[in-house]
Formats: sequence, structure tokens, C-alpha cells
Amino acid sequence: MTDQTAAHDHHGDHHDAPPSNFLDRWVFTTNHKDIGTLYLIFSLVMFFVGGTMALIIRAELFQPGLQFVEPQFFNSMTTVHALVMVFGAVMPAFVGLANWLIPMMVGAPDMALPRMNNWSFWLLVAAFTILVSTLFMPGGAPAGGWTLYPPLVLQTGDAFPFMVFAIHIMGASSIMGSINVIVTIMNMRAPGMTLMKMPMFVWTWLITAYLLIAVMPVLAGAVTMLLTDRYFGTSFFNAAGGGDPVLFQHVFWFFGHPEVYIMILPAFGVVSQIIPTFSRKPLFGYSSMVYATASIAFLSFIVWAHHMFTTGMPIAGQLFFMLATMLIAIPTAVKIFNWLSTMWKGELTFETPMLFSIAFVLLFTIGGFSGLMLAIAPADYQYHDTYFVVAHFHYVLVPGAVFTLMAAAYYWLPKWTGYMYNEKIGKLHFWCSAIFVNVLFFPQHFVGLAGMPRRIPDYPTQFADFNAISSVGAFLFGFSQLLFVAAIWSSVKGKQKATDQVWDGAKGLEWTLPSPAPYHSFNEPPHID
Amino acid sequence: MAHASQDSYYIPHGSHWPFVGTIGLFTIMVGASIWLNGADVGPVIFALGFAVLFVMLFGWFGTVIRESESGIYNNDVDRSFRMGMGWFIFSEVMFFGCFFGALFYARGISIPWLGGDSNNFFTNALLWKDFTAIWPSNGPAAIGGAYETMGAWGIPALNTALLLTSGVTLTIAHHAIQAGHRKTLNIFLALTFILGFIFMGFQAYEYIHAYSELNLKLSTGIYGTTFYMLTGFHGLHVTLGAIMLLVVWLRCLRGHFKEDHHFAFEAVAWYWHFVDVVWLFLFIFVYWL
Repeated sequence: MTDQTAAHDHHGDHHDAPPSNFLDRWVFTTNHKDIGTLYLIFSLVMFFVGGTMALIIRAELFQPGLQFVEPQFFNSMTTVHALVMVFGAVMPAFVGLANWLIPMMVGAPDMALPRMNNWSFWLLVAAFTILVSTLFMPGGAPAGGWTLYPPLVLQTGDAFPFMVFAIHIMGASSIMGSINVIVTIMNMRAPGMTLMKMPMFVWTWLITAYLLIAVMPVLAGAVTMLLTDRYFGTSFFNAAGGGDPVLFQHVFWFFGHPEVYIMILPAFGVVSQIIPTFSRKPLFGYSSMVYATASIAFLSFIVWAHHMFTTGMPIAGQLFFMLATMLIAIPTAVKIFNWLSTMWKGELTFETPMLFSIAFVLLFTIGGFSGLMLAIAPADYQYHDTYFVVAHFHYVLVPGAVFTLMAAAYYWLPKWTGYMYNEKIGKLHFWCSAIFVNVLFFPQHFVGLAGMPRRIPDYPTQFADFNAISSVGAFLFGFSQLLFVAAIWSSVKGKQKATDQVWDGAKGLEWTLPSPAPYHSFNEPPHID
Repeated sequence: MAHASQDSYYIPHGSHWPFVGTIGLFTIMVGASIWLNGADVGPVIFALGFAVLFVMLFGWFGTVIRESESGIYNNDVDRSFRMGMGWFIFSEVMFFGCFFGALFYARGISIPWLGGDSNNFFTNALLWKDFTAIWPSNGPAAIGGAYETMGAWGIPALNTALLLTSGVTLTIAHHAIQAGHRKTLNIFLALTFILGFIFMGFQAYEYIHAYSELNLKLSTGIYGTTFYMLTGFHGLHVTLGAIMLLVVWLRCLRGHFKEDHHFAFEAVAWYWHFVDVVWLFLFIFVYWL
């Protein structure tokens, strides 16, 4: 009963040392830092699992014809790559950052609900054990695309119920994690830490957590409908029974569009921490950042059908969703201009976290612009389901969300481990990533505009050159990420001690703690002026 | 908000129950999947998973109840629990919203469009020529065959009265716990879950009646689908809520809770009222209109 050990007389006994027993430290832990570390390691492993699948896809697409894999397996790769990267890599990485940083940033001793925190993490591991195991099942892993559209997805083999239940479990994990984040932020702030004094990372996570609680149950409902349609004779997506396959698309994208902001809002939070530090200026337009984030979150609920312009929606619906989508450009532009204004006339230095953040601002904007192109309904009839879409969402997710995760790792690693990472490896990692990510994804715009469909293992020879370039970029980008592991390792096994403040422009409560941060962040709440 | 008493916020140090719960849920899901794929061992694994989950529930809740009764949860911890429960109920609202959305979509969009409405003249003319859009419907192919719908003013109206009454008895019990009237509390809390169990009995009777006499089944097109999925998930929540009320009642009998410290009671009460409100929507949109 480890629960009981600290049940009495908490005063004067702060348990500053982590438990020495492996199980107590890493399996039964309720410590926000250890759980954060578990999340981050899990997401890094998933990043390489999903990355390997991406390289299988790019290897097959290096030239026309079928070289390496069967079409069915190719489709499994596109499907599982997406599910792994979205739910296993990007989201858990941000949850890991939230766990590590939110209690330190708001001056709390830990997360508000520590046992549930542990459950959130282990449920995620259970869900991905189930999902990845479907690769070895009769009929193969799910191959209908990560959007799981019926009736195609209903043809999945034995993997079908496993896929549905894996999504249920990861949804439960996300909901519990989000409840924890919201309650921690709303209830655990140190005296004086008013809402409008919170670091932007905390603000963006507060709003993200709200989005997660609102939409993960809807995804659970959508896959439940798939399950009952397949096994229990319901007619949700069966027109003969009065249902409609397009209903699934509505339900899915009601989840799915907020989901893309779930993956990018915390990224906005990360760069809003890093750019002021290396510009040695406060964030420009803090309150407009908060309102812009909230506006994006609100708008994310009323734009979902821009994923469905080609489904035969009435013209009034298309117009509404087109215009609502374009509105999102306004708060997003507010953010971009605020970051630029923060850098304007700052004393800039270009350590690795700053390099990744600047690359984020530039390359995310490219993804944002291609998003505006896709929002134009009549133009979308041409772009829909082509590689242009693939290029668009990879620009916002890879040099978007993933680059900020790299930036965050370099920025806070010294605080976590107590040692600086190797700056040479970090810079090399940055330049390799920044160059090769463009070699990888930029040509996909061209083949997409020329009409190459996504999720197809073979293609006409007219697309061969750009696909070859893209594949070369993919392998170079993929293997560059080993440098990231080397850089992390250089900090874990570091030689150069980090100071408490680490970066001389860094502001915020987490930099007032020693490096490495003590096992419990703030036993006595700090006072904020 | 920020509070001065935060230094005594209780942080548990390690717990094996979440991990046990993970093993339980994992086993349930794997068992259910194998079962759906037709293997005989499926139900066994499924049941085994539930056994593990129950062990976890007893262990985890037991720990929390002991901690709560020993008085180590201060007001900040209490507030965390309340906020957590509130957001959990919000997630449940979105889950039901998803299925209500499917109902409204069927009634407002998919059935009318199959009948040729909006820009779907040819859908109707070429694919489903004889289909006229009316609600209720089991679709243009009349999946499940001829059926009768469930009227609103028999058992469903009675069930509405039962649930609304249970909301009143629960509120009386709530006032009693705050005033320290333990006897009133015990009686009215018992009345609440008894009304809940009667509701479930009626619901079960209604389902049997629908299956055996009305030919109204889960597979009766979109009407049967939405009817059973909505009322079924609601019934599941009533069952859980009634069990939770029963547990809280047993705790009341043992003398747990204080006038100003009874989070578990309030959490279950919120949950019960939430289930009640969902029922009102069900009564209006599934049974009545």
C-alpha cells in the first residue's frame, strides 16, 4: 500500500528524493516530473515507430510501380503512421511538457490529481500496445486511412474491434489528462499568479485541454457507431436503413478539426516562451495572444465541414464553412505578427531552441497559407485528397508542431537534467532538419497541384521526379533525427552544469528553481508580484 | 484560484491502482475484441478483465475514502475533486451530444435527402424512387421490416415522473446532509436509488415489449438504431448512477461525510441530475416529437 505511506503528517516531510525502487519510481509514480518524463520518452519512441512507417511509404513512392510492399500493407502504413504520429507522438509529447512545466510555471507542488495522472499515461501505453499489435493480425492493420471513413473501414479484418477499442482507451487517457491540466491551472496557482499573468504555454494548454474534453468523447461516439454498425446491425452509416456515410464525416471532423488545433495551440505556447527569451524582450501583445488563442479554439468548432467540400453539401453550407475557415487566418496572423514584433529590435541570439522557433514561424506560415488555399471551396474540388493536402498538413505538423517540440526539448532539457546539451549537435540537428524537411514536403505541393492522389502506392511517371526528391528528403530528415537523440543524450550524460536560470533572457517561475529541478517543485507556494 | 493553504495540499506518493486499472481495461478491450472476432475464449478474457477492474475500483476508492475520512483532504483538494467531476460530466455531455447529433442528422438531413430534398432529386429518383421522407423511418430499404414505434405516454411518461421525483428526493437528501439530519438523509437517499432501480426495471420491460411485440429492434433501420443507442447509453448511465448512489448510501449508514465535507455525495448528485436532464431530452426528441 504505497498510497498510505504519506497519508499522514504531510507537514515537514516533503519527500524530496525520488523512490529508489524501480517499480515505485517509474510504474506506480504520481510525480508530475517522472510522469512527464515517461510521456516524453513514450512519444519519442512513437515518433521513431511512426517515422519508420513514413520511410516505408516514401521508399515505395521513390519511383513509380510497386517495389517493396503490397498495396494493402502500404495503406496500413499510411493509416497507422497517422494514428501513431497524432495520438502517440505529438499529443503525448505536449502532455509530457504540460506535466513537467505547468506545476513549475504556476508555482504548484504537483499536478492536482496525481493518481489519475499516472492512469492517463499507462492507458496510453495500453492503447498503443493494442493498436500496434494490429499490424500482426489476420487481415492486417487498419488500412482505410486515419479518418476511418465507412464503408471502407468496415472492411478491416480482425483488427477492426482492436482499433476501435484502442481509440476508446486513448480517448479516456486524453480526457483524464486534460481534466488534470485544467484543474491544476484553475486550482493550484500560487498566490498572485492571476490568469493574465500566466505564461503563454500555460494559457495555450488550458484552452487545448478544454478542446480535448469537448471533442474526444465525440470521437469515442463516432467509433462506437462504427462498431455497432459492423457487429450489431445498426444503420448509422447505411443509407438503405436511413443513415448516411457522410454522417460519419461530420461526426469525425467535429472531433477532427479541433484536434488539429489541439496539436498546434501548445506549440504556439512553446514558441511564445522561447522567442522572448532569446530576443531579451517581453512577449509582444501578451493579452492579444490570449484572445487570439481563445478565438482560434472557438472557431475550430464551426469549420469542420471544410474537410468535406466534395461530399455534395448544399452551396450555403459550403459558403459558411469556407468563410468561417478563412476567419481563422485573423487570430493566427495576430500571433505571427506578435512573434515578429517580439523579435523586432531585440538582442537576438540563435541558440538551438531559437533556431527551431524561428523556423517554426516561417514554415508554419507556409502551412497556414496552403490551408487558406484549401479553404476556398471551388479550388478545393481540385486539391481535395491530393498530395497538396498532404503537403499542407505536414507543413503545419512537422516544421509546425514537431519543430516546437524539438525547440522545447532543447530549451528545457538543462532545467530537467541539470546539464547543457551539446550545442554543436543541436545546431547540426537543426540545420539538417530545417533543410531536409523542405526537400521532403515542398515538392509534394507540386505533385498535388498536378493531381497526384494521396494514399496510393503507385503513380504515373509524370510525378516521378518530385516523388524521388521527396523520398530522398524523407530519408535524410528521418536519419537526422538520430542527432536529436544524441543531443538529448549529451544533456542527460552532460558535463557542463547548467545554471538555475540556464538562458540569460529567461523569465518565469521555472527558472527560479535549481537545475535540475527538485523532485517536488514548490512545497511552499512562491509569491508573484 | 490561488489559496494560502496550498502548502498542505495532499500529494499521494505512488499508487499501484492506476496500473492495475490499466491491466483491467486492457484485458476487457482485448477480450471484447476477440469475442467480436468469434473466438470462444473472448468472453472469458472479457470477464477476467472486469474482475481486475472491480478489484481496482474497490482498492482505489477504498484508499481515497480512508484518506478522506482521516481528514487529510483540505478545501483545495476538495475543490480539485469538484472541478474534476464537473469537467468529467462535461465530457459526458459531449458524448451524448454526439448521439443526439446523429438523431437530428437522420431526422433533419439524411431521411429528407433520401426522399429527394435539397440537391438530392436524383438520389431519390434513381436510387430510392418509392421512398417518401417521413419520421420515424427504418430507411428506404425498410431494414428490419414492419415495426411499431414506442409511444411517449405509457411507460416513458411514467419513467419521466420517476426520474423527476428522484431528483426531488435527492435534493431533500442533500439539504439533510448539510443540516446534519442523518435519518432524513438515509431515507431520502434510499428512496432516490430505489426510484432509479424501478426506472431501470420499466426500461427493461419496455425493451422486451419492443423486441417481442413491436418488432422494434436495434437493427430496425435508423429509427431502431437511434432509439436503442440513445436510450441504451442513458440506461447504462442510470445503472451506474444508481450503483454510485447505493455506495454513497452505504457510506452514509456507516456515518461517513460531514455537513461541510461530502464531495462524493455531491459528485453523485451532480451525475444523477445530469442523467435526469439527458432523459428529458430523450423523452422529448426520441419518444414524444
